[in-house]
Amino acid sequence: MGTPSAPAGITGTRIIQPGAPGEMAQAFDTAELDAIGGLEYSEADVRFMRGMIPHHGQALDMTAMVPARATTDGFRGLALRMQISQRDEIRLMERWLAEREEEIPATNAHRMMMTGDMALMPGMLNAEQMEQLTSATGREFERLFLEFMIMHHEGALTMVQTLFNSSGAGQESLIFKFASDVDADQTIEILRMRRMLEER
Amino acid sequence: MILEQISGFTHRGAALAMVLVMTASLIGGFSEAAAQIAPDSVEAEPLFTWDPNDPRLELGAGWMDAESAIRGLEQVSEIPRPDGFFNPATPDDGRFSNTDLAFEGQYLYQGNYNGFQIYDLEDQNTPMLALSVVCPGGQGDVSVYGDLVFMSAQETRGRLDCGIEGVTDSISAERMRGVRIFDVSDLSNPMQVAAIQSCRGSHTHTLVIDPDDSENVYVYIQGTSSVRPTEELPGCSGGEPDEDPNTALFRIEVVRVPLNAPENAEIINMPRIFADAETGNIAGLWAGGDHGAGTQDTRRTHQCHDITVYPEIGLAAGACSGNGILLDISDVVNPRRIDEVLDPNFAYWHSATFNNGGTKVVFTDEWGGGGQARCRASDPPTWGANAIFTIEDGEMTLGGYYKLPVPQTETENCVAHNGSIIPVPGRDLMVQAWYQGGLSIMDFTDPANAFEVAFFDRGPLSAEALFTGGYWSTYWHNGRIYGAEISRGIDVFRLTPTEHLSQAEIDAAELIQIDQFNAQMQPLTVWPAVVPVARAYLDQLVRGNGILNDRVPDVANILDRAERGTATATQLAQVAAQLDQDATAIRAGTRGGDAERLSTLAEVLRNLGG
Repeated sequence: MGTPSAPAGITGTRIIQPGAPGEMAQAFDTAELDAIGGLEYSEADVRFMRGMIPHHGQALDMTAMVPARATTDGFRGLALRMQISQRDEIRLMERWLAEREEEIPATNAHRMMMTGDMALMPGMLNAEQMEQLTSATGREFERLFLEFMIMHHEGALTMVQTLFNSSGAGQESLIFKFASDVDADQTIEILRMRRMLEER
Repeated sequence: MILEQISGFTHRGAALAMVLVMTASLIGGFSEAAAQIAPDSVEAEPLFTWDPNDPRLELGAGWMDAESAIRGLEQVSEIPRPDGFFNPATPDDGRFSNTDLAFEGQYLYQGNYNGFQIYDLEDQNTPMLALSVVCPGGQGDVSVYGDLVFMSAQETRGRLDCGIEGVTDSISAERMRGVRIFDVSDLSNPMQVAAIQSCRGSHTHTLVIDPDDSENVYVYIQGTSSVRPTEELPGCSGGEPDEDPNTALFRIEVVRVPLNAPENAEIINMPRIFADAETGNIAGLWAGGDHGAGTQDTRRTHQCHDITVYPEIGLAAGACSGNGILLDISDVVNPRRIDEVLDPNFAYWHSATFNNGGTKVVFTDEWGGGGQARCRASDPPTWGANAIFTIEDGEMTLGGYYKLPVPQTETENCVAHNGSIIPVPGRDLMVQAWYQGGLSIMDFTDPANAFEVAFFDRGPLSAEALFTGGYWSTYWHNGRIYGAEISRGIDVFRLTPTEHLSQAEIDAAELIQIDQFNAQMQPLTVWPAVVPVARAYLDQLVRGNGILNDRVPDVANILDRAERGTATATQLAQVAAQLDQDATAIRAGTRGGDAERLSTLAEVLRNLGG
């Protein structure tokens, strides 16, 4: 891997840190420079990432059923978009965990959850619901897919809420962005799926 | 930037990346049927054509040692990020990304997720770091007005006291998400004088002046993040409008900043600028979704990513997620929407730039959020591009698109991003950042046929992995182009003449000098009647076959003499009269040519004569 060589930065310049409004700035001790980047991730961050991977994994199992069963291209398009974004996000969560030398969930973790070997994450389908979806076809499949995927997405929003309500969580720029994006994207998808259900 | 891809390989992480790619492909494996219809395939057919000899193709990768290609520009300096504002282990650490630029007097301000830098521009070619300010919070976009620096903060780690330790509690009085105001009158002791807390924080903000109000300046806050709990900031809630009429979605915030007491700055209005005029529904614009088969999926309009104001013409252009909107800001505190547009090729309306005349507006589409490769040969040339609209009587009409005209690789995040107008008289030129696509100068005088005038591009940060980087913004200021490189620092460029741009046109642009520049508050340029400006028009007339061949030496001669101070007012007026006659004939249809430009040139000649 060609990780590029580090540049020489500008050195020797004064660094200050302002205070709260109305307070004087302080010289920033260069010994603290390492600490600038030292904002630690928390256990809650790791739990969030490790839980969201199987959560997304189940969404991929669901979207994989769509091409053969859906009745319209519009429906296939919806599933395809979800599939692309959830697959990209799994990749990104795995990178995040790997860089921090945290354990990455097995690729079949979501299936182990359904068989009761692990606890289901919020909004995930249980084995019975998954079976119900698998055996449905045509418009009945579409209706079930929308209902289950709305439930599934709402679970993801709950996970984001839990993250941001946890002490010390969501502080890293990276995890803040990711969780915010999950929240924004899935909120919009829920609204769209609700509209699709109403229009049926 | 939105939706920035999570990244940040360390040396150790880089080695793991290969393993991860394999893992990811296994995950993809249990949905083979769908994978076959994924449009992201590398082997996809090219969707546009380009010059096969373009030097930007196949540039070598590197952090500070990447290969580069340049045309129509000269790079005059390259300033690395200061210590403490980058991670030596990797170019791709989002905590230290450089963001936007602002200019005031002798100083250049550069935002960073970790704070901001102040550079001294005594030598405009070589910014010298004067001070680094640590104050994390992201994105750290900056604006400046006199001694006041404004900075956006949106992340939950942002602290009122600029601390680097983050905020542990999920509800905390220590947390700062909104716009910070610093007084930098004493560079040795810049002071935070106010911290305006807002429900969604501040992703970007826009400084606004009211030409009739010298006692205050105003700030529009554009929040795009999650809404804070009401326990942390009273009055904040983020429900859907039908259940929660006071939702912090579907609005912007207007801050009034008293110049003699900036510590008293406060939010004085939260206008519902997306409301439907007839029903009053505050969610009156695009609801999200695609526009039919084969179209882009456009996000919902419940926020503006950016608003660019143009106080001299009383208008603002809002790039608002699902729509482009036009606002009447003659009453700054109460911006009023007068038009809105949709575009089936846009994923996310990101930023806006007017031409100097206020007759056109360029909207950018940040498809993929800025962290994705969206300038590949397989990406449509109308997606992740600029859409250029004409404005007539407050109504916008699509004129055409412009996208970086050469493909970038899979490991270069690339999409339309921030830029500014280059003040060449008689033309609409914009210098624009395309992340790792480099910078591109676009001529959009004719919106249907926008074309590239000049460019600079580096190879990818890495040939193997997509590290987020490249230009956040590239802005013209007082004759130079300053490029804010997310992971490399600041680059400074000067224009050089090519077949697309003459030395006279460059001279005319370089003579425009202003004290202050904030890209989201556009200044009006009025060109003085001087020889370089007249020569710029003459060059344009010759290039466009807009002038009779016989006239060219007459005009060139009189301009040479004007430059030496030997042309009389009468002689200048005679040549001007000749041009006016030609313009009249053209307007009457008895001759071809560029009547409007001939008349403009004639006017400059007359004014040259005093």
